[in-house]
Amino acid sequence: MDPLILENVRKTYRLDRVEVPALSDVNLRIRPHCFTVLSGASGSGKTTLLNLIGCIDQPDGGSITVAGERVGELSDDAMSDFRLRHIGFVFQNFNLLPVLTAYENIEYPLLLTRTPAAKRKQRVLELLAAVGLGNHAKHWPGQLSGGQRQRVAIARALATSPELVLADEPTANLDSQTGAAIIALMRQMQRDYQATFVFSSHDPHVLAEADDAVVLQDGRILRIEQRQRGESNA
Amino acid sequence: MKTLLLALRNLLRNRRRSIATIFAMVIGSVSILLFGGYVQNIIYGLQTGYVRGGGHLELQHRDYFLYGSGDPTAYGIMDYQRVIDLLRADPVLAPMLTVVTPTLEFGGIAGNFDAGVSRTVFASGVVVDDQNAMQRWNDYGFPDAPETLALTGTSEDSAIIGTGVARVLRLCAPLHVSDCPQPVAAPQPAGAEMPADVARLAYPDASADAPPGDTESGARPHIELLAATTGGAPNVARLQVAKAEELGVKEANDAFIGLHLGAAQRLLYGRATPEVTGIALQLHHTGQIPMARQRIEQLLRSSLKSAPLAVYDFRALNPYYGQTVGLFSAIFGFIAVLIGAIVLFTVGNTMNAAVVERTVEIGTLRAMGQRRRGIRRLFISEALLLGVFGALLGVVVALVLAWVINHSGLTWTPPGRVHPITLHVRVWGEWRMLSGTGLGLLVVALVSAWWPARRAAKLQVVEALRHV
Repeated sequence: MDPLILENVRKTYRLDRVEVPALSDVNLRIRPHCFTVLSGASGSGKTTLLNLIGCIDQPDGGSITVAGERVGELSDDAMSDFRLRHIGFVFQNFNLLPVLTAYENIEYPLLLTRTPAAKRKQRVLELLAAVGLGNHAKHWPGQLSGGQRQRVAIARALATSPELVLADEPTANLDSQTGAAIIALMRQMQRDYQATFVFSSHDPHVLAEADDAVVLQDGRILRIEQRQRGESNA
Repeated sequence: MKTLLLALRNLLRNRRRSIATIFAMVIGSVSILLFGGYVQNIIYGLQTGYVRGGGHLELQHRDYFLYGSGDPTAYGIMDYQRVIDLLRADPVLAPMLTVVTPTLEFGGIAGNFDAGVSRTVFASGVVVDDQNAMQRWNDYGFPDAPETLALTGTSEDSAIIGTGVARVLRLCAPLHVSDCPQPVAAPQPAGAEMPADVARLAYPDASADAPPGDTESGARPHIELLAATTGGAPNVARLQVAKAEELGVKEANDAFIGLHLGAAQRLLYGRATPEVTGIALQLHHTGQIPMARQRIEQLLRSSLKSAPLAVYDFRALNPYYGQTVGLFSAIFGFIAVLIGAIVLFTVGNTMNAAVVERTVEIGTLRAMGQRRRGIRRLFISEALLLGVFGALLGVVVALVLAWVINHSGLTWTPPGRVHPITLHVRVWGEWRMLSGTGLGLLVVALVSAWWPARRAAKLQVVEALRHV
């Protein structure tokens, strides 16, 4: 089952009295357990598409099916629960909660799912080790470097074992070396945890690592490049 | 666990703002508690004064309260000693009682016939030992020593008068009353001497032609008290004035005469069976009033069925008490509402600022799967913690300040009092006020956080994540 299916998705923003189409009739299927990159120039609709996929924004038309569920019909609470169990987020600015330690940041989604304490601890320690921060469990976000923060964010995104992990320009605020390391880590995590990763990025490192690349232009899909597992179907 | 921990850490994250908010709450609660403690002390003081003077409850002829001031002897309590004995012996009432004492109150004319002056007065006949026992009531622990009636140890024909009565009757010098200048239009003795029949009533053992003077060397000054007997005939008692007392209220100073119950009864009832106008009952505690009253009403329907009596508590007999309590309660309520409003806006402002500052965090939490109600709960929890810290700290600071004030030796003279008393603020032990203020503050903090919390919960995830 494809973890993500978009059919005729449209999204228009209204700026004062002017309507600005952000996405027009987008049809897309994301293959499972792939590393998919949404690329395109600024204003091409990458972030809008990512927000719709992440169920944190609503399309004006069309349907979005994530993990077999048509998300447009869910209530706000149901949508929150759905995000909690099926989608993980990695943000450009890391967005760690500054009042929680690295351990607690990763633990937070597990608290929301009411995971038992022992299982929670096991999972958090496993993820911390997986992102190479086993010795930084008690560090506050302010005590971590940008790369380390993004590692914690990746671990947090994977805490509830979601089918889909979305990352909006995850390397934009990192130097190229750290960015490359983060991409490598994400690739590794994607393989290890069998999740489907969808990125928006300009970063050539990210594009080089992608299984699939969805190129957007003016709110439409220009082409889809399936690099390793399939062929371009643009 | 996490919500409260997260809330606490968020408060600690912006320490200066949290401290400023808690400080505002502390100032608010301290103001309420200190003013409340001061008001409480005034009310207790007033209550103590009334209870010491007239007891908690009074049995009267059922019509005396409304009609008795015009003709007290028509509304007396017959066979009052039997009533008193029955009350004292009652197994339900007895454990609650400290004093049961009769009183006889009436109006009359007091005169100093040598000076040719007189005035209408309000007289009260009391059992001195009982009154002194009532003066020892101190359920609220006031530090002032109980007063002893000036009639204590005096002969049966002694009286005390208000300083105003002493002035009018030209007795300032022998009674050492200050502030007593010679009036510009001082009336001269009218010339007519006391009528012989009146003189015979006042001086039964002396010649009517030569009534004794009132300022003999070393002797106490005398006055004559004229009143109507039960039959309506005039009767006069010659009384030695033991003291002129400053009573704190001009109306009382200008009209009050206190005398022994026996003397009052002889004046009003002569050789007839004496009665009283009231039987005062003093209880151990004011809180016992409802139970004591209920029992007395039972007795009035059974053992005392034949006596047309009614029971009143000190609040009904002294409307000024209720008015004072009402006035102070209104002021207290007004101040509490004002302070509550200030706290409301202070906490609300803090929470609003927190929502704005943490908009991206709110978006992140929501994106991770936190429901709206989780966001609402987080901000409400922060307000709850602010409220708890503010209330607890406020109570502690108020207790410390109250202790300092109570030990500072400051004094003040309350309305209706003559002598200054120690300024006392009652905070410790006023559990209702303490818990009410604490809970009130907590509720205000929660209410003030409600709108910002709701606003935070309603944020669109995408908009929140885009916030700069």
